[in-house]
Amino acid sequence: MEKQITQQGQLRIALRNCGMLDPENIAESIARDAYQALGKVLKELSPQECINILKQSGLRGRGGAGFPTGLKWEIASKSQSDQKYVVCNADEGDPGAFMDRSILEGDPHSVLEAMAICGYCIGADKGLIYIRAEYPLAIKRLRIAIDQAMEDGLLGKNILGSGFNFEIKLRYGAGAFVCGEETALIHSMEGKRGEPTNKPPFPATSGFMKKPTNVNNVETFANIAPIILKGPDWFSSIGTKNSKGTKVFALAGKINNVGLIEVPMGTSLREIIYEIGGGIKEDKKFKAVQTGGPSGGCLTEKHLDTPIDYENLIEAGSMMGSGGMIVMDENDCMVSVAKFYLDFIVGESCGKCTPCRVGNKRLYEILEKITQGKGVMKDLEKLKNLSYIIKDTALCGLGQTSPNPVLSTLENFYDEYYEHVVEKKCRAGHCKNLFHYVINEELCVGCAACKRCCPVHAITGDKRMPHYIDSNICIRCGECIEKCSFDAISIQLEPKILV
Amino acid sequence: MTRIKSLDELKNKRDELKSALSLLDDPDNPDRKVQIKVAMATCGIASGARSIKDFLTAELSKRNIPSVVTQTGCMGYCYAEPTIEVKLPGREAVIFGYVDRIKADEIIEKYIKKGELTEGVIPRNYSTID
Repeated sequence: MEKQITQQGQLRIALRNCGMLDPENIAESIARDAYQALGKVLKELSPQECINILKQSGLRGRGGAGFPTGLKWEIASKSQSDQKYVVCNADEGDPGAFMDRSILEGDPHSVLEAMAICGYCIGADKGLIYIRAEYPLAIKRLRIAIDQAMEDGLLGKNILGSGFNFEIKLRYGAGAFVCGEETALIHSMEGKRGEPTNKPPFPATSGFMKKPTNVNNVETFANIAPIILKGPDWFSSIGTKNSKGTKVFALAGKINNVGLIEVPMGTSLREIIYEIGGGIKEDKKFKAVQTGGPSGGCLTEKHLDTPIDYENLIEAGSMMGSGGMIVMDENDCMVSVAKFYLDFIVGESCGKCTPCRVGNKRLYEILEKITQGKGVMKDLEKLKNLSYIIKDTALCGLGQTSPNPVLSTLENFYDEYYEHVVEKKCRAGHCKNLFHYVINEELCVGCAACKRCCPVHAITGDKRMPHYIDSNICIRCGECIEKCSFDAISIQLEPKILV
Repeated sequence: MTRIKSLDELKNKRDELKSALSLLDDPDNPDRKVQIKVAMATCGIASGARSIKDFLTAELSKRNIPSVVTQTGCMGYCYAEPTIEVKLPGREAVIFGYVDRIKADEIIEKYIKKGELTEGVIPRNYSTID
């Protein structure tokens, strides 16, 4: 059971306290420097000085698009208004991503503190955390953390004797993916339908209740306090030229050490997968990594040594996204992967604009057709064209990026699409109409275990004689392959015909 | 708790809390304690961390070992949940993975009582900013 792991190269800034302290006891957070940065900002720095520190640090939004945080705060601070808001976007919706939940459950005070700092910088005295109701434990711990901070005078009126007031409230989302988009998020918080609107106006000028609003992601906030305490030069010494600091990734899929990691920007995919992640499950062959969720794309073997940062991921046809990394091996069919994400998008599209509502549905139907073995070459062209049309015409970020999984798999795995369409084969053995279960006569001992479990009686054969699967009857449920103790059944692209 | 009214008060409070923690960890202090942290984010709890925490709390007091068992957030080793971190006074913290009741019992008997490492130790694989 003991696995020898030689993991190096992780540096935890946003996760600095996760797993170190009891999130329901503020004393433990205080012992680990919570609210020191807030105290320093309130006592020693002007809002503009604090914004300058962030600008120098090079911190960029961790929600995916990578907008410079300092600049965002500056724009909000310059908006004139009697009331402004700080919003924390905790609507984590990418399949396979759980970074934000872990930060909120493990170290809620880091987010509360940074929100207060942001409030001081932009001139807001109210903060709102938009969190999905599917995260009950994170909500519970946030509530406890807010109550304790209020009680200790670290939030509320006249914080640390500075005269600065800041309070934080929670707003619950119903788990719609589109509500991670900031305009949709703001509408949802106002009690309206979670639908996006055109930008501009940006939330920094007209956001929640038409007041200037600064929206940042959980992980972005979690990076603020260390930057204030340790200085912008320290932060900008980590990472690559244009992407500073570290990034949290949720490693999921066919990887040995599924988990939460934080690495400096510029770490290669190879290091993440083979060193920190411990390699592919069962030593299978690496095929691709999906990053950026449904808006992202796939990185393949040729990208293994690319240093990961915002720009390089875009160039490779994917994006940073919030940091989910789903690792796929040789048994994953890339057409089905694209179909899975389209299915997700079709369900999550808010329906407001036609390209996203109808276009993605059509994309899904074409992919469905291909995985059923009914595709024709023209479909591949259609997929591509339609994808570009959706990208160019959809209203919000969700629609504009929704065809990315299709485009990126078409680009990197064209041969798999080609096989599905022309040869009617699925090499990964995933698309049920495009492969066959075949019994190897030399390995089969005729124990009839497969025959007994087959729900459609597709398997025939006499006792102690090699058995045979009739591919026309077989429904590809895979029961037989599980039951066979002799590894005699395998997935083949050609059926075996009895002569 | 009383309101903290200034940055200096906050700093004092932090230092107080820090020294209280290091006192727990001081092998020469008669009131030293074994500190155990159980990773209890949603994922940890789903893999049974809560019952491990209850088990450890009950068993350690039954076996007269002065200790504090607390919950923490995710430690990041999702593949090895439930995970716990054990800190014996004056020694480096050690993280154990795949902790079920049998394993927890073994950790108490072998590591906490005698200081012998058991199977399932996860080497700390990261550095932090401290």
